[in-house]
Amino acid sequence: MIEVVAPGPYATVQDLGRPGYAHLGVPRSGAADPDALRLANRLVGNAEGAAGLELTFGGARLRFPAGAWLALTGAPCPLALPGGRPGRCAPFWAPPGAELRVGLPWYGLRTYLAVRGGVAAEPVLGSRSTDSLSGLGPAPLRAGTCLPVGRPDGEITVDLAPEPARREPVVRVLPGPRADWFVPAALEELAAEPYEVSQDSNRVGVRLRGRELKRARAGELPSEGMVLGAVQVPPSGQPIVFLADHPPTGGYPVIGVVAARDLPMAAQARPGDRLRFVVSRD
Amino acid sequence: MIRRVGERGLLVETGELALSHRLDARLRAEPPAGVVEIVPGPETVLVVSEAADLAPLRAHLAGLLAAAEAEPEAAGADGSGEVLVIPVVYDGEDLPRVAAETGLSTDEVIARHTGSELVVGWLGFAPGFAYLTGLDPRLHLPRLATPRTGVPAGSVAVAGPYSAVYPTASPGGWRLLGRTATTVWDVRADPPTRFRPGLRVRFEAA
Repeated sequence: MIEVVAPGPYATVQDLGRPGYAHLGVPRSGAADPDALRLANRLVGNAEGAAGLELTFGGARLRFPAGAWLALTGAPCPLALPGGRPGRCAPFWAPPGAELRVGLPWYGLRTYLAVRGGVAAEPVLGSRSTDSLSGLGPAPLRAGTCLPVGRPDGEITVDLAPEPARREPVVRVLPGPRADWFVPAALEELAAEPYEVSQDSNRVGVRLRGRELKRARAGELPSEGMVLGAVQVPPSGQPIVFLADHPPTGGYPVIGVVAARDLPMAAQARPGDRLRFVVSRD
Repeated sequence: MIRRVGERGLLVETGELALSHRLDARLRAEPPAGVVEIVPGPETVLVVSEAADLAPLRAHLAGLLAAAEAEPEAAGADGSGEVLVIPVVYDGEDLPRVAAETGLSTDEVIARHTGSELVVGWLGFAPGFAYLTGLDPRLHLPRLATPRTGVPAGSVAVAGPYSAVYPTASPGGWRLLGRTATTVWDVRADPPTRFRPGLRVRFEAA
């Protein structure tokens, strides 16, 4: 069991989400940085898609009454654990009753905690992910939340994974499907200088502030299916990069889509960080 | 035209809802390998695939689109012929104002709401929230200027050219005509909703 002493600014249970229901209005949801969750799970011998915790801006205090093997990945945070030797990107044992304190990340936004056996919260439509848009899945963690842990089904075979190097976030964008709704120079504008991540970013999307992307045509786009990583442009001309909890359909034109491999960088950008786009023509 | 949507998606332009539904039905009957999402919209169908190369899927979609275009409209947009009947208690808060703004009596509003067969256009806004198309034009009214902070699950409402049943309690700006006891959203069921794009729906006064 995991006992939440304090969740930090915002913490949820996440696995790899509930794909296949977009036509019924259900967002995919799942870890905003799925690569980091997969890594954390591998480190504790779980299946990659097991549920773990997604901590936003760190700050969580957690207790494991029966003890637990843990691993933390994603945004690196200072860790404290009486009687334990916690490390980043490495499995470690939390002794029974000891309190793990996760500090503020040095950089990045979302830290993933995997527990050997996986978080065994009640699944909804095949997933244990909290969907912040629709409210499906377990409620966000609160002080006093107790989460069951599943039975381990794999061995711990890794000692340590290399911590991803810190890089200036540069994300590749593939143009379309609605690049033709914008003036021809809009794609160049998008890549001309970095955008600043705005305070109102969340698991639905990274809201950006910077050069305005001007439309070539007026009118409304009939609502159409949206994908993860879509760069949607509302009438303000300020782009939004869709993350895990994005609505399955939308009515604002999508100028381009972020390459899947670069999406974790967008998901780890915090308010005030800068995000640079590169338009990929292949 | 088929548009690229990042590395994994293709957006098929159908130009009309009925063709979106026919293409959707063909795709669902035999989903191509690797396809994880099929999302019909009023003028498009989005297909998301995990296949490494989307070229074969693009060719397949072009073939399916041509076949769906050639197909005469069958019994119901999804070809199933099924009609979902939803009994409604017409005691909605907005019913008198809808009557006043349309110049109809409340009985006439009810008759027009129950009188035509609707088709599920697509789902969005919230899980299980179906945009029902084919609403009698006399009932087309703008959304409320100030949305309600809470609309109960099962509320039957209209806005613009659409009608809908609120699947769960949520904020909402649609005009409430009544309520149904029919459960339209249940996360323990699979599928969790009885609505699907292309399904025919009729409201009935309970």
